[in-house]
Amino acid sequence: MATGAVTAQGAGTQESVDQGKRDFLYIATAAFGAVGAVAAIAPFINQLAPDEETIAAGAPIEVDLAPIAEGQIMHVVWRSKPIFVRHLTQKEVEESKSADWHEMIDPAPEQARVKDGHDQWLVVIGICTHLGCIPLDKEGPYGGWKCPCHGSLYDPLGRVRHGPAPANLAVPPYAFLSDTKIRVG
Amino acid sequence: MSGQSTYVPKNALAKWFEARLPIGGLMHSSFIAYPTPRNLNYMWTFGGILSFMLGAQILTGIVLAMHYTPESSLAFNSVEHIMRDVNGGWLLRYLHLNGASLFFAAAYIHTARGLYYGSYKSPREVLWLLGIIILLLMMATAFMGYVLPWGQMSFWGATVITNLFSAIPIVGDTIVTYLWGGYAVGNPTLNRFYSLHYLLPFVIAGVVALHVWALHVAGQNNPTGIDVKSSKDTVPFTPYATVKDALGLVVFLLVYCWFVFYEPNILGDADNYIQANPLKTPPHIVPEWYFLPFYAILRSMPDIFFIPAKLAGVMAMFGAILMLALVPWLDTSRVRSARFRPLYRPFFWVLILVCIGLGYIGAKEVTPGRIVVGQILTAYYYVHFLVILPLLGLIETPNDMPNSISESVLGGNATAVPAGAHAAPERKG
Repeated sequence: MATGAVTAQGAGTQESVDQGKRDFLYIATAAFGAVGAVAAIAPFINQLAPDEETIAAGAPIEVDLAPIAEGQIMHVVWRSKPIFVRHLTQKEVEESKSADWHEMIDPAPEQARVKDGHDQWLVVIGICTHLGCIPLDKEGPYGGWKCPCHGSLYDPLGRVRHGPAPANLAVPPYAFLSDTKIRVG
Repeated sequence: MSGQSTYVPKNALAKWFEARLPIGGLMHSSFIAYPTPRNLNYMWTFGGILSFMLGAQILTGIVLAMHYTPESSLAFNSVEHIMRDVNGGWLLRYLHLNGASLFFAAAYIHTARGLYYGSYKSPREVLWLLGIIILLLMMATAFMGYVLPWGQMSFWGATVITNLFSAIPIVGDTIVTYLWGGYAVGNPTLNRFYSLHYLLPFVIAGVVALHVWALHVAGQNNPTGIDVKSSKDTVPFTPYATVKDALGLVVFLLVYCWFVFYEPNILGDADNYIQANPLKTPPHIVPEWYFLPFYAILRSMPDIFFIPAKLAGVMAMFGAILMLALVPWLDTSRVRSARFRPLYRPFFWVLILVCIGLGYIGAKEVTPGRIVVGQILTAYYYVHFLVILPLLGLIETPNDMPNSISESVLGGNATAVPAGAHAAPERKG
């Protein structure tokens, strides 16, 4: 910051100006204005986030597993997303355990896809990890899911076996309340 | 008024662009190098304040539109949803509804400034008329916006204002039905008002662009009303006007924020927090404060000869704005600024008091006494424009005027009048 007196001719009169003081005022004003601008912009950004009503509607849901027969897939909705609850057959469980998962696109062992002691229950978010379409049940050579949009293939545990999807169907947070009831969320 | 561009692009990309679209030069000559009279006072900061408020209303309005539902059974609750659930929704809505009031306050001060300093006189008549058009558009926008929360005042305000058009002979009822899109104010009305409330601010922005264009052709008026005669009378827009405008804006925003954060509902009506009920009119129905003087004029009119009171009221109300539009031709004085008009000055302030008085009458319930007061004030309003203003220019002897703006600011130091400039061309012989 330059200090010392220089001459200003702005108003047509000549007067002494303390340039250091003036620089300080400019910087202080600009800094204060910048803080104010950020504070003013913040609510405009913040209002874009989910509102309280939406958040309240996203509370955990309970799902009764009793009506789902072996081999069936039930679709429930949680946070506006389809949740696939799949009652795996013994054959699907055995095949899933024996498959070589190390070479898969998104390597995951059978234990990572289901809860301990509940081998026959798969709970995944039914949204293709490629670009968000809902895969079709029991389509494709692996017997899991096939995405209608770009042909990604999943096995019965929701593991992606053929691209373009980069990751397995996501497992939502859920817990077994009893052998026939889960809470998602 | 020279607004010639002295803009020189600083780098190759700016040069390339400027050769193809000279917007840098336009901005530079309009808002940086533009010569402004050196004696502008804080009354001249309201143009910038109004531009800011238009932008602020559009911005908060666009955000509110993201959360609002324009359907008569959902609209009221969607506004409560904005107030309770949306992040910062209460702030954005209070900014928007108080913003409307502050916008009008600034517009009225801006208009009164023009009336006081004679800013409507040649060569600024078109500039003035564009301002009146903006005021009318603002009124339409504010009215339709007030309907959207679908409270009791929204509904009954919409009913009363749309029924104004039923006063038109023969076609009135048909027009009203077409405004409503039904047999009464209802969901179709709400939907079209929402659509137009979103559209009109952008129309206003377009007319504002013309307003600023016309301003930059004629050049700004100033407190002396004397034309700019030499470069000694002016200073560059930046930094002089920009910094002054910025300070005026900051002070204005303090007032705005005081309303938003401390008294967000003081300018509104509590009845509008009751959902619209098409079967029950509130006991005391009033418009927002900025419409009160017009509302008083509307209610004041009696039957006049063959014109029924209903039609007379509507005509008088719209006529009140027509008076403003005609001011450039009703004012016969060749002196612009009230500073040098000893007779016009007190009459100006009486007019301001009359407008405030009309606002007071408009806010109160109708009693026989208040009707008479309202009629007197309405009559005076018209007399001011149709009788006093034309006569004053003929009988008034203006005060001595300085030779130039710089002389008025700097005293005797700048007496150098450009050769050939008449000493006081405004004076009548």
